[in-house]
Amino acid sequence: MAADASILRPGRRDPAWAGRVFWLSVALVLLVPALVATEFRPWVMLEGENLKVTARFLGDFFPPKLEPAFLAMVAKETWRTVAIATAGVALALLVAIPLTLVSTAALSVSALPGRMNALPFVVRTAVRWLLIVLRSVPELIWALVFVRVVGLGPTAGVLAIALTYGGMLGKVYGEILESGENHATTTLLRNGAGRLQAFFHGLLPQNAAELTSYTVYRWECAIRSSAVLGFVGAGGLGQQMDASMKMFAGAEVATMLIVFVLLVWLADRASAWLRRELG
Amino acid sequence: MNAARGRAANEPFRVPRPMFDARCRACWFVAGLVALTVASFVTLDLQWAKFLSAESMGRMGRFLGELLSPSAEPAFLRKLVVAGVETLAMSAVGTLLAAAFGLLLAVPASKSHVDDPARWRGPTRLVLNVLRSIPELVWAALLLISAGLGPLAGTLALALHTTGVLGRLFAEAIENAPPGPAFALRAQGVAEGRVFLHSTLVQVLPQLLSYTLYRWENNIRAAAVLGVVGGGGLGQMLAFHMGLFQMSETSSILITMMGLVALVDLLSYLSRRLLSR
Repeated sequence: MAADASILRPGRRDPAWAGRVFWLSVALVLLVPALVATEFRPWVMLEGENLKVTARFLGDFFPPKLEPAFLAMVAKETWRTVAIATAGVALALLVAIPLTLVSTAALSVSALPGRMNALPFVVRTAVRWLLIVLRSVPELIWALVFVRVVGLGPTAGVLAIALTYGGMLGKVYGEILESGENHATTTLLRNGAGRLQAFFHGLLPQNAAELTSYTVYRWECAIRSSAVLGFVGAGGLGQQMDASMKMFAGAEVATMLIVFVLLVWLADRASAWLRRELG
Repeated sequence: MNAARGRAANEPFRVPRPMFDARCRACWFVAGLVALTVASFVTLDLQWAKFLSAESMGRMGRFLGELLSPSAEPAFLRKLVVAGVETLAMSAVGTLLAAAFGLLLAVPASKSHVDDPARWRGPTRLVLNVLRSIPELVWAALLLISAGLGPLAGTLALALHTTGVLGRLFAEAIENAPPGPAFALRAQGVAEGRVFLHSTLVQVLPQLLSYTLYRWENNIRAAAVLGVVGGGGLGQMLAFHMGLFQMSETSSILITMMGLVALVDLLSYLSRRLLSR
């Protein structure tokens, strides 16, 4: 009885056992209602009928479908996924840049002597709230809405990414611009430079690297999310994957998953390299 | 590059480095990005005419108008609360499972000391990367086939994706833990498993906990929309009512979703401020 022996010799007992047991039991007590709420019965996956369907689907994964015609279609859809993300981020910049310029307090002329005037303060706060609202609606929800309005296809995906990412970029740009050293900007403003002049000669050169690196990072995220948007009908790789899954075509799904993982990996490498290069 | 390396004494007056430079490879990459953007707009069949037409603008306006009258029937609100709780429970269970499996995978995925052969480091990291690079929603769609419609598919999808994310973060935390205590135990001849439990794990536990909480926050947001493909929670309800064009119900669900996300944002902001003080 090795267990008994270890209790008798106090030197080999786990010194932290009381805490470990306590926290484990607290976790279990909290976990049970959550497990009930999520209908957590993983064994249904192992029941006869389900298991047979799953086995057939997964069995079909290998070998992945490699017909030239299918691969050409996957290549085209992959490009569309990248294109939706890129176009979406480009439009998001069109949303984010003007709103950032309006909302950033670093460009406030009335705040130079002390406190910002009432009207500019209200405008800036309102724009900031607008950005937060744009950001807080997930792009998938925007995509659902736009698919209703413009129909299936990439337009809905581009618009969804443009709105959500516009909000995200605008909010973070504002934070970046206000967090840095803005001595040059205030000096320019004090000496009579316009707000745009102060921005282009003071704020922008100082923060350009950080702003670009954040934008590239978001572009990488947009590629991932544009693939996901396809599942609600916004075009690209996701839409094809959804169609293949509904037909239980495992081989097609396997090919597209491999392509998708490679695409994400590539975007990750490219964005990491670029961000390192920008310093 | 060079300006950043050689710090001048009068730091605030340092001249910002030039943005464009013919030898700067990143600038060429940016030029490439511009070309990519143009190509994207050209090749996508974007239907601006259709989107900006009076008809679809009218539809959009009607849609938004209908969203302004949320449903507040008691029976519906009760269902909404249940779905909200389900969303929260999905995110909590998914994150917890992911933390457990992430830790299990992080041990073979890390090189814990210099003489550790870490034979499984490569393969385990590959598994973690694959788990991580497939988004929750795609996992949910895949899992629908074996787990059926409902929160189980969503929970497992969150767990799989988050296992990839947390496993990698945990492995890095384990590798970066100060080696002293583990070395002391190892020198006493303590077995590898006990060394991990009594030194490394104890050292990195606060970091693991903060990663897990951060992912939980993300997962609440993700769980809210996962249901759109059939993975349970608020999303599934949204897809259902939106599909039936029941706009007042859709509107209430959207408001609940945004409220949930805003609440999580606020709580995380407040707790961060409390902790960083």
